[in-house]
Amino acid sequence: MSNQGKMDCGRRRLVVATAAVGGAGAVGALVPFVSSLLPSERAKAAGAPVEVDISKLEPGQMMTVEWRGKPVWIINRTKEMMDTLPKLADAVADPKSEKDQQPAYAQNDTRSIKPEVMVVVGICTHLGCSPSQKFKAGADEGMPGDWMGGFLCPCHGSTFDFAGRVYKSKPAPTNLEVPPHVYLADARILIGEDKKGA
Amino acid sequence: MAAGNFEKYKSDGSIGGNVLEWVDARFPATSLWKGHLSEYYCPKNFNFWYFFGSLALLVLVIQIVTGIFLVMHYKPDAALNANGVPIAFASVEYIMRDVPGGWLIRYMHSTGASAFFIVVYLHMFRGLLYGSYRKPRELTWLFGVGIFLVLMGEAFFGYLLPWGQMSYWGAQVIVNLFSAIPLIGGDLSLIIRGDFVVGDATLNRFFSFHVIAFPLVLVGLVAAHVLALHETGSNNPDGIEIKANKDENGIPRDGIPFHPYYTVKDIVGVVVFLMVFSAVMFWAPEGSGYFLETPNFYPADPLKTPPHIAPVWYFTPFYSILRAVTFPLFGLDAKFWGVVAMGASVVIFAFLPWLDRSPVKSIRYRGPIYKTLLTLFVICFFILGYLGTLSPSPMGELVSQVCSVFYFGFFLGMPWWSRMDKFSPVPDRVTFK
Repeated sequence: MSNQGKMDCGRRRLVVATAAVGGAGAVGALVPFVSSLLPSERAKAAGAPVEVDISKLEPGQMMTVEWRGKPVWIINRTKEMMDTLPKLADAVADPKSEKDQQPAYAQNDTRSIKPEVMVVVGICTHLGCSPSQKFKAGADEGMPGDWMGGFLCPCHGSTFDFAGRVYKSKPAPTNLEVPPHVYLADARILIGEDKKGA
Repeated sequence: MAAGNFEKYKSDGSIGGNVLEWVDARFPATSLWKGHLSEYYCPKNFNFWYFFGSLALLVLVIQIVTGIFLVMHYKPDAALNANGVPIAFASVEYIMRDVPGGWLIRYMHSTGASAFFIVVYLHMFRGLLYGSYRKPRELTWLFGVGIFLVLMGEAFFGYLLPWGQMSYWGAQVIVNLFSAIPLIGGDLSLIIRGDFVVGDATLNRFFSFHVIAFPLVLVGLVAAHVLALHETGSNNPDGIEIKANKDENGIPRDGIPFHPYYTVKDIVGVVVFLMVFSAVMFWAPEGSGYFLETPNFYPADPLKTPPHIAPVWYFTPFYSILRAVTFPLFGLDAKFWGVVAMGASVVIFAFLPWLDRSPVKSIRYRGPIYKTLLTLFVICFFILGYLGTLSPSPMGELVSQVCSVFYFGFFLGMPWWSRMDKFSPVPDRVTFK
């Protein structure tokens, strides 16, 4: 170390520049790896719309179809079910569906196109469990005595009414999502697309 | 120095001479053996609590070996086979029914997962008892916290692989937790899943993390944990430094070589441990639904959540803390704060070396405050763990909130209460009968 105390500024700059280039290269090398973690083109393309025939769905019944890997519920609501909705306006967190959880054509009192037919994604907006049916009013199914019927999420106890509206003070932050959908005929629904005249 | 080095190479390379000498001139075999085993001096007063470090190492080996053999038959594929069963789920059934000895290897692995957490929790508790995290062993402790975090990730990824109902919905809930983080949350959970829902992409990347990425990190951290420990020397039940009192040869007067003394002692621990381990593995591999949960015997169904979902027992204390947060704060919703509380409840262990201000390390010389609070902490931990296995209820929510507050109070109040205790005098030499 004969040249101790004397710093070779040219070399020092070269060292800094080399380290900077190396560092930039290392960061750049991350790009392909991180991007490979994103949904693939095939996953993105998999969201094809689903056509459903609801002619055999009796009043009070519910069917589940798979759309984009998620359960979509179609409920043919009875008069009694519909009657609970206005009564619950004070009990639910977002009675008028003001949060953006539905297409504009479902932003109404019943959150549906046809008043009796509810189409909704059956995934709790809290952490993604699928709520269970608790259609019977009252305490029969282990619910509180003033229960009017609806859905209970088994994971963290969020409750929803027959329009998928979440009750107040529950973990789920918003109402259940209404997917884009359109009636191709009176009893045929296309879920995943809502182009009029399709 | 240079001459001495040259001397080492006098061996002519023929194996006819002293093979060990030949190796030692090229690789530090003897010095590693001495430094970490035959001349690594441990305090002579290790007790029952000092079994769990080496037992954790044993379980790590069990998990790696059984894992290697499971991967030979397991298929990470969410597609349905000809019978309409997901291929991943069917391949686990295949291991259980058709692979010779496959059931045993799988039960070793699933029992090993729970055993891993049992010995690691006991190992951590030992640290709390005797102040093993205190100066100068802070880095050993931090590597240990890192091991615990990686272990939790490893267990979580592994639990998805059988692709049963609990695998699927457990992963769904945990991955969605990340979406609670403001701004980046949505994209983050998308990157973790690799799809808009938990699916084949998720299963394959979890498989990759479980069998390659996390085990590599785990082994590296374990090596760092042991190296850091061997640099400072081990703590002991008296919490005093044996290196402070050395004989004329520089060997601690209260130290005995790890090998053969503790290797032989650990054999006793290993035998007892393997007896318990085998009993569970052969007679109760499902652990009454705590080690292997009942819904996981049904293949994953993305359209239907089981009526009751809960994490495996080793996550339930932290899961209870997550559920205990039911109120929004500062304009961010309860979901976000629940995630923060859960993360903090694990990471807070890392701060112990700096939170504890007591003048003594070991509980033997600490007073009633520490003994009481530590007991209450353990009780709280058990209550939180138990509540985490149950469905949510108003009563459970209240109890878990009380326990969570105590849990964090234990750590955050430590800088004050750890100083106020009544301490008894610490001896110069370890107490040994």
